[in-house]
Amino acid sequence: MTPIGVVELYVFVLAAFVGYQVITRVPPLLHTPLMSATNAISGISLVGSLVLAGASRDTVSNWLGFIAVTAATINVVGGFLITDRMLKMFRREPKLPPGGEMEKKAGGGGR
Amino acid sequence: MSARDLVIQGIYLAASVLFILGLKSLSHPDKARVGMQQAAVGMALAIIGTLFHHEIIRFDLIAVALILGTVIGYPLGMFVPMTAMPQRIAISHMFGALAATLVGVAEFRLHGAAIPRSTMAALGFEVLFGGLTVTGSFMAFGKLQEIITGTPVTYRGQNAVNLTLFGVAILMFVYLVFSPGNPMVFYGMIGLALLLGVFMVLPIGGADMPVVVSLLNSYAGLASSATGFVIENNVLIICGALDGASGFLLSILMSKAMNRSFGNVLFGAFGAPAPALAAGGAAKDLTVSSVSAEDAAMRMAYAGEVIVVPGYGMAVAQAQHVVRELADLLEKRGVTVKYAIHPVAGRMPGHMNVLLAEANVPYDRLYDMEEINSEFPQADVALVIGANDVVNPAARSDPSSPIYGMPILDVDKAKGVIVLKRSMNPGFAGIENHLFYSPNTSMLFGDAKSSLTRLVSEVKAL
Repeated sequence: MTPIGVVELYVFVLAAFVGYQVITRVPPLLHTPLMSATNAISGISLVGSLVLAGASRDTVSNWLGFIAVTAATINVVGGFLITDRMLKMFRREPKLPPGGEMEKKAGGGGR
Repeated sequence: MSARDLVIQGIYLAASVLFILGLKSLSHPDKARVGMQQAAVGMALAIIGTLFHHEIIRFDLIAVALILGTVIGYPLGMFVPMTAMPQRIAISHMFGALAATLVGVAEFRLHGAAIPRSTMAALGFEVLFGGLTVTGSFMAFGKLQEIITGTPVTYRGQNAVNLTLFGVAILMFVYLVFSPGNPMVFYGMIGLALLLGVFMVLPIGGADMPVVVSLLNSYAGLASSATGFVIENNVLIICGALDGASGFLLSILMSKAMNRSFGNVLFGAFGAPAPALAAGGAAKDLTVSSVSAEDAAMRMAYAGEVIVVPGYGMAVAQAQHVVRELADLLEKRGVTVKYAIHPVAGRMPGHMNVLLAEANVPYDRLYDMEEINSEFPQADVALVIGANDVVNPAARSDPSSPIYGMPILDVDKAKGVIVLKRSMNPGFAGIENHLFYSPNTSMLFGDAKSSLTRLVSEVKAL
């Protein structure tokens, strides 16, 4: 194994910075989908566990990889599906024809 | 680097970009869905690319694990009801952290004493935070699912015990960085981390869950980022950092919305029978005015503007659909209906928004605290559904109150307030809410859903 290089630290710091900037712009409205989305994305740990489950190291490594792949796949499949299911629900108010809008305002004024 | 590795790295880079764009799309609900679908494509590419990794020689376990994960993940994605979202999210942090921790264990087994110090530091961090998140998230899941009691479990010297355990774990971590080859210490540290996760969440009450769930989100992210350092994989570092930043930001927002520090949430055991009941003493002399469903319906039907304030009680009673039905009826009569959402209403960030969106409430009717607070004085009726502490005016006026300084929805400034509540039991912190005794306030007692159903039929009858 090689020691951790400075490049990795650069990647980490810059990614955290980008993440912070991007996520500050997510409105509270979508905070739950944000959580499920980051969850789904964190399933990328598959890139490590797939190798573990399929490499010719030893049986224990393979089985540790097997559990890790299963857990990460649950997050990927479940995470993306549930995020999509939630985002599908967020709808804007159906646009009223111009006349309808006026009518509604007039209705609101009269008690 | 071989040509094959180069292609794989290219795919990882593309996936990273798609993930960042996906998260960026979440800044607007109209674009979010497509953005996240693109992120899913990025994920699929990354997985397929990894399968061509030169070290992979057997596919039997991979295939079974992918199928098993899909079979478990599909119902978790498609069939879990929106009301169960907090525990659903909590358990998925557990899966993420479990994957990270197991990869860490495997790497340690493989390389042992040959691990360089810097890598061992990352590896130690990975299993420490990973282990803690595995059990911590499971505890959070248990509390939210009500398998474990939602009230805080406390005992004398609890903080001292937790801090000692944490201190020992840190010492083991430092020891490992200097002599990485000791499996006893390594596995001992994982054991301690698992124990710490349980102990850490045990004293935290249900209403503090938004902070805890966000914090565990952050830990799970940091653990997988550390995995990236260990196995030298940039896409993992990037995604872990994104995940960590997101969880961290959400925990800060949630803590701010409760006017409390992380430390206070983690070590304060806020939901314990608070000695701060002093303020409640005075309340006994005050009278509560209750209202019939008929009168309440009448007041709302002839109002100009009604602001609905949902809380955890709405989620428990699964009343979001009836709320929408009531709002539709009122709107037909010309009443303007808006929804005021407190950041910590419910059990996780954004909980109320998701429930109301599920009930087909258009999202432009959902207003954040800052947007709506100035509107309460113009509202004829503020309809509080199962919310308590987030509308307690003591947070503004009573310096002796434990929630003093917490930003609240200024419901008390509305011309009239109707509170739907099961009984006069105080909220999670055992704090009396003077809003309920205000001459402006009328209480409609009963389960939120049945009260709303009565209101709906009364409005229909008008």
